[in-house]
Amino acid sequence: MILRILRVLLCSLALVGASQVFAQDYPSKVITIIVPFAAGGPTDTIARLTAQSMSATLKTQLIVENVGGAGGTIGAARVAQAKPDGYTVFVHHIGHSTAPALYRKLAYDPIGDFEPIGLINDGAMAVVARKDFPAKNLKEFVDYIKANKGKINLANAGVGSASHLCGMLFQSALNTEFTTVPYKGTGPAMNDLLGGQVDFMCDQTTNNASQIKAGKINAYAVTTAKRLAALPDVPTMSEAGMPNFTVSVWHAMYAPKGTPKPIIDKLSKALQEALKDATLKQRFADLGSEPVSQDRATPEALRAHLKTEIDKWGPIIKKAGVFAD
Amino acid sequence: MNLLYCLAGVFLGTLIGVLPGLGPTATIAMLLPITFTLQPVSSLIMLAGIYYGSQYGGSTTSILVNVPGEAASVVTALDGYQMARKGRAGVALTTAAVGSFFAGTVATVVLALFAPPLAEIALKFGPAEFFSLMVLGLLASLVLARGSLLHATGMVVLGLLMGLVGSDVNTGTQRFTFDLPQLADGIGFVVVAMGMFGLAEIVRNLENEDDRSLLVSKITNLMPSKEDWKRMIAPVLRGTAIGSVLGILPGSGSILGSFAAYAIEKKVSKNSAEFGQGAIEGVAAPESANNAGAQTSFIPMLTLGIPSNPVMALMIGAMIIQGIQPGPSVITEQPALFWGIIVSMWIGNLFLVILNLPMVGMWVKLVSVPYQYLFPAILVFCGIGVFSLNNAEFDVYLMALFGVIGYIFVKLDCEPAPMLLAFILGPMMEEYLRRALLLSRGNPMVFLERPISATMLALAAIAIIVASLPMFYKKREETFRDD
Repeated sequence: MILRILRVLLCSLALVGASQVFAQDYPSKVITIIVPFAAGGPTDTIARLTAQSMSATLKTQLIVENVGGAGGTIGAARVAQAKPDGYTVFVHHIGHSTAPALYRKLAYDPIGDFEPIGLINDGAMAVVARKDFPAKNLKEFVDYIKANKGKINLANAGVGSASHLCGMLFQSALNTEFTTVPYKGTGPAMNDLLGGQVDFMCDQTTNNASQIKAGKINAYAVTTAKRLAALPDVPTMSEAGMPNFTVSVWHAMYAPKGTPKPIIDKLSKALQEALKDATLKQRFADLGSEPVSQDRATPEALRAHLKTEIDKWGPIIKKAGVFAD
Repeated sequence: MNLLYCLAGVFLGTLIGVLPGLGPTATIAMLLPITFTLQPVSSLIMLAGIYYGSQYGGSTTSILVNVPGEAASVVTALDGYQMARKGRAGVALTTAAVGSFFAGTVATVVLALFAPPLAEIALKFGPAEFFSLMVLGLLASLVLARGSLLHATGMVVLGLLMGLVGSDVNTGTQRFTFDLPQLADGIGFVVVAMGMFGLAEIVRNLENEDDRSLLVSKITNLMPSKEDWKRMIAPVLRGTAIGSVLGILPGSGSILGSFAAYAIEKKVSKNSAEFGQGAIEGVAAPESANNAGAQTSFIPMLTLGIPSNPVMALMIGAMIIQGIQPGPSVITEQPALFWGIIVSMWIGNLFLVILNLPMVGMWVKLVSVPYQYLFPAILVFCGIGVFSLNNAEFDVYLMALFGVIGYIFVKLDCEPAPMLLAFILGPMMEEYLRRALLLSRGNPMVFLERPISATMLALAAIAIIVASLPMFYKKREETFRDD
């Protein structure tokens, strides 16, 4: 028995030693970034662009593995159980902070099971309506909504999606109710908005900027504090008459809990470098988004931001009585 | 130079199409990083080639060993595999190749000439229209069966029930998931198809101890005879038309197209008694439809920037990373890209025929490989393929389970094809029905007030009436019970 305990102790000592050596030559092999959504989506795109730039600094390949399903919670659960050796990292969006309110049976703790690395970007959303909707700006739109209670259809990309969150916030800000029409993803929702089957939605500019620019849908406002370079003619919510309405689809990078601090610091440094990259900035701008400032691409900033967002969305989701499971 | 990428794309596509389960989505996702270093046009040409190449290659294993390489080739397995067992694998493969090439050519021309107006028409399809289309499709699924109508109806109902598994779209409530997060998004189509078709067939073959060979008669000629050519012309034309139209609609366009083409062919063909036992029409029609649909499904993506399936979503992702904003302006702002892809499609289809026709002889020999060597290989490839869908072991276990279920159904003489179609259509029908009723505030008249929807429901009603009229009774008897 004593021998066995001794053996276990020795082994774990060896492991501790190994992990220190690890941190020094880290990274010595390919790093896997888990994206909890299908390839080709906005989160996947953000993760791949960031991975490409980080590869240069870390001098190793960062490959994206898509583990989709159940609003990102399957991928997150996989990361929570992954070996904390720095070779598995995780990129998720705002949904990481809304999961505890949306899922009653979550297999992981969004704060406790992860080590924050840093924020990546703030993505804007825009309130858009079908082309022939009888309102030219946000004020007319709000008046029309109030005059036609119960007749307005609001599309979203499914329970827990960014468009669902923005829609809920819009509903509670106007203190009115829409008929919510959920879709499986942004593509089909946008398809029906273009076809005039539904009235409006609030979605990421990643998904609708090109339709707005082509004049296929009306845009009333963007949800960021400043106007977007990609959509200079679209006012912000506060310019258009709804102050205090800001939503950002932020993306961030995490590692499994227990990843050694030196490794986290190295990854965080590489992330900050990546966000300075001109190509990355350009691509983000094309998507109507921009990288966060250097001081926010840090573990401390992400830890604080995640907490704030969990506290912000919890009550809104609870009030709407929505669950994803 | 782009020709080379096109060739590489269709070659890879054929390869992954042939490997069961390893579909275009997984492959394109894996190859995405490689394309970042290429010119945008080259990379998209290559990715497009992978997609339609795989639609094409998927038929090979369906025909040879009854393992659908990907979803759209499930129907091809029905008659293609029977043809192979009769030693006509070469004929079936050549038919698939020629039919696909013809369909690809026509669909590419359609795409080049009418893409923007077609996209506008597709937008007219609201939830009510889709629901009525699905109703029509579900009726057609009964035609897929060659055995008893009662068994087929039972399988359709089972398929609908299986389609209910997963999260409710409107509320997110979990249905029949047994608290397994892996089931939250429903059961994967490929998982079911490979289990029920591929694995079940393997078990059935292993059961016959002395005769495990796949062949029931000797391999005859590789090329279709004059009679064969004559029989395939009309089905190819009809399949192309059906596939092109359904491919434009978002959702499972190309899968639906091949099912619909087969069902219609079985109804109109004068050889309908042969269906399910190796009718050449049963290969020609769905293969043409599936390739035509693969080409026309590019229309919403290229003209509106809307992905009609997961592969198109990946292509959009690739465009964004290359700095191209997918959307309505691609045609005017990136004409080189738009026309480059279209031209490459036709060339790619030509490459596919040149690449595949010489290989027919080699594939046919594969069937004569002793089964004890063949089946472990099929099993391994099925496992790898299914795993690659979501990188999840769970899917492999699930496939094994469906293999067992499929074997039980073989014993009970219940065919999986109607179940699979219902399994695809069920969740879509539910989604569109509920959405249409949400938008109409619960008024069911919406299905009759909208002209396209009303027409389709009328067609469905006529189909039921015709089928149940006594004077047609004998004929129906023939269609459903021919063995």
